[in-house]
Amino acid sequence: MNAPSTSPLTDVVDAAPPQAPRSRVHAPGRWLIGLALPLALALGWELAVRFGLAQGRLMPPPSRIFAALTALARSGELTTHIIATLMRVLAGFALGAVAGTLMGALAGASELSRRIFDPTLQALRAVPSIAWVPLFLLWLGIFEASKVALIAVGVFFPVYLGVAGAIEGIDRKLLEVGRVFRLSQAGMVRRVMLPAVLPEWLIALRSGLGLGFMFVVAAEFMGASEGLGYLLVDGQQIGKPDQILAAIITFAVLGKICDAVLVAATRPLVRWQDTARSSL
Amino acid sequence: MFTIERLTKTYADGTRALSDVSIALEAGEILGVVGGSGCGKTTLLRLVAGLDRATGGRIAVDGETIEGPHPAVGIVFQEPRLLPWLSVADNVGFGLVDRPRAERLERVADALARVGLADYGARWPRELSGGQQQRVAIARAFVTSPKVLLLDEPFSALDAFTRASLHEHLLSLWEAGRQTIVIVTHDVEEAVTLADRVVVMRPCPGRVYETISVHAERPRDRLGVGFDKAKRRVLNALDRSLRAPDVERDRAAAQGDALWW
Repeated sequence: MNAPSTSPLTDVVDAAPPQAPRSRVHAPGRWLIGLALPLALALGWELAVRFGLAQGRLMPPPSRIFAALTALARSGELTTHIIATLMRVLAGFALGAVAGTLMGALAGASELSRRIFDPTLQALRAVPSIAWVPLFLLWLGIFEASKVALIAVGVFFPVYLGVAGAIEGIDRKLLEVGRVFRLSQAGMVRRVMLPAVLPEWLIALRSGLGLGFMFVVAAEFMGASEGLGYLLVDGQQIGKPDQILAAIITFAVLGKICDAVLVAATRPLVRWQDTARSSL
Repeated sequence: MFTIERLTKTYADGTRALSDVSIALEAGEILGVVGGSGCGKTTLLRLVAGLDRATGGRIAVDGETIEGPHPAVGIVFQEPRLLPWLSVADNVGFGLVDRPRAERLERVADALARVGLADYGARWPRELSGGQQQRVAIARAFVTSPKVLLLDEPFSALDAFTRASLHEHLLSLWEAGRQTIVIVTHDVEEAVTLADRVVVMRPCPGRVYETISVHAERPRDRLGVGFDKAKRRVLNALDRSLRAPDVERDRAAAQGDALWW
């Protein structure tokens, strides 16, 4: 009688500490749960079309989208389109991120330059970026330059706002530590201000990259002969919804990969952070 | 020798934070500063640390006037203020980057050992408890061997046990370097535990109200006669300093009445 009454107690006591490691073992597979909903929807639609419950002409079932994707991939077309789109995004992102970082740093560091530049930039930000398209086409022609410029404009604003805000938000108390140790202006920037704004800068870059992908579609709508955006327009014009959906799925995958690469590449820089983000 | 002569600080809005504060400390002396809120304790330290500019008066270390942040003066703030992107060791060595690497590492290791954190050099600040972080901050201030070390209510956010152990760490670092220390605190017992002399300040504007010498051997016995006597004298002075402005105001009012009539 004694043994069974004590064993549950010890069980409870022993079970408590391994709780955390056990959930960590599950962690690598945990993201799989996010796949359940889209997979279920896809499977449901596939079956609905198979059994004649739906026509699937305007919304093709997954099997046909997949077939369109493999056909595009086999002919090498997909690679061409992906590379074209990726190059535009990267070029526009690089330009926008550099310009946004520099202007943001200027506006954040100097009150005077903030008062000179910020109102103008805020006014320009209020312009829907697509509204620039006709102007860019006139100025830069219909080829790559106008597309890259449009993407750069889209990337610029979130990066600018993020950097300027981050610099204004630097903890005065940490700057005082720098002053107590008599850091020079350059030393203060390098040893206190830059590391302090780094996390917010990276977040700004991430949202900039996301907007870059948004704008590349707009850019490719305005007359491109290759690129995933072209694939979308082309699919609409020749009435192939499977091609449109194939392009959309490629966009989703490509955008996610680019974001993941950016996060992975910059993670070592913000390892020190004590925020919820580190556990996300 | 660390001297403060007729130090005055008036803020832009006309608030008189400090008025005519004069204090002289021998090398190696520990001074406790207590007083009601708004009596300019923190202002005093910020002026000495060079973070704010005095309106009048002079601060000098060994005859050299201090007008801004100075290598001879170190400060520990109320919060640890560690740089979260640097490891514990790099935080301690923050003020030593211009020294050769070998010397820097040796001094950092020594300082960390003295605050009992020898094995924590590679950790991030976020992995440390509040008390441990404050010990790192103290090590960071001591490691550059300043002649004068200022501590601004450094233990006020900690529990009594942690505070007592930090007092020991502080005194052990002081034994090694015999710096002049000015510690601002709102805890009278802490002031009497650590200091050779306790200055009681008085608010509006902040000025020195009374100075009390603590005659007791170190390590201090909290139950000893000398300790208790000093503590009571400080508490007494603190009490009077807080009441004093009313008396003066009454007197001023009385004079005003006289003029009116």
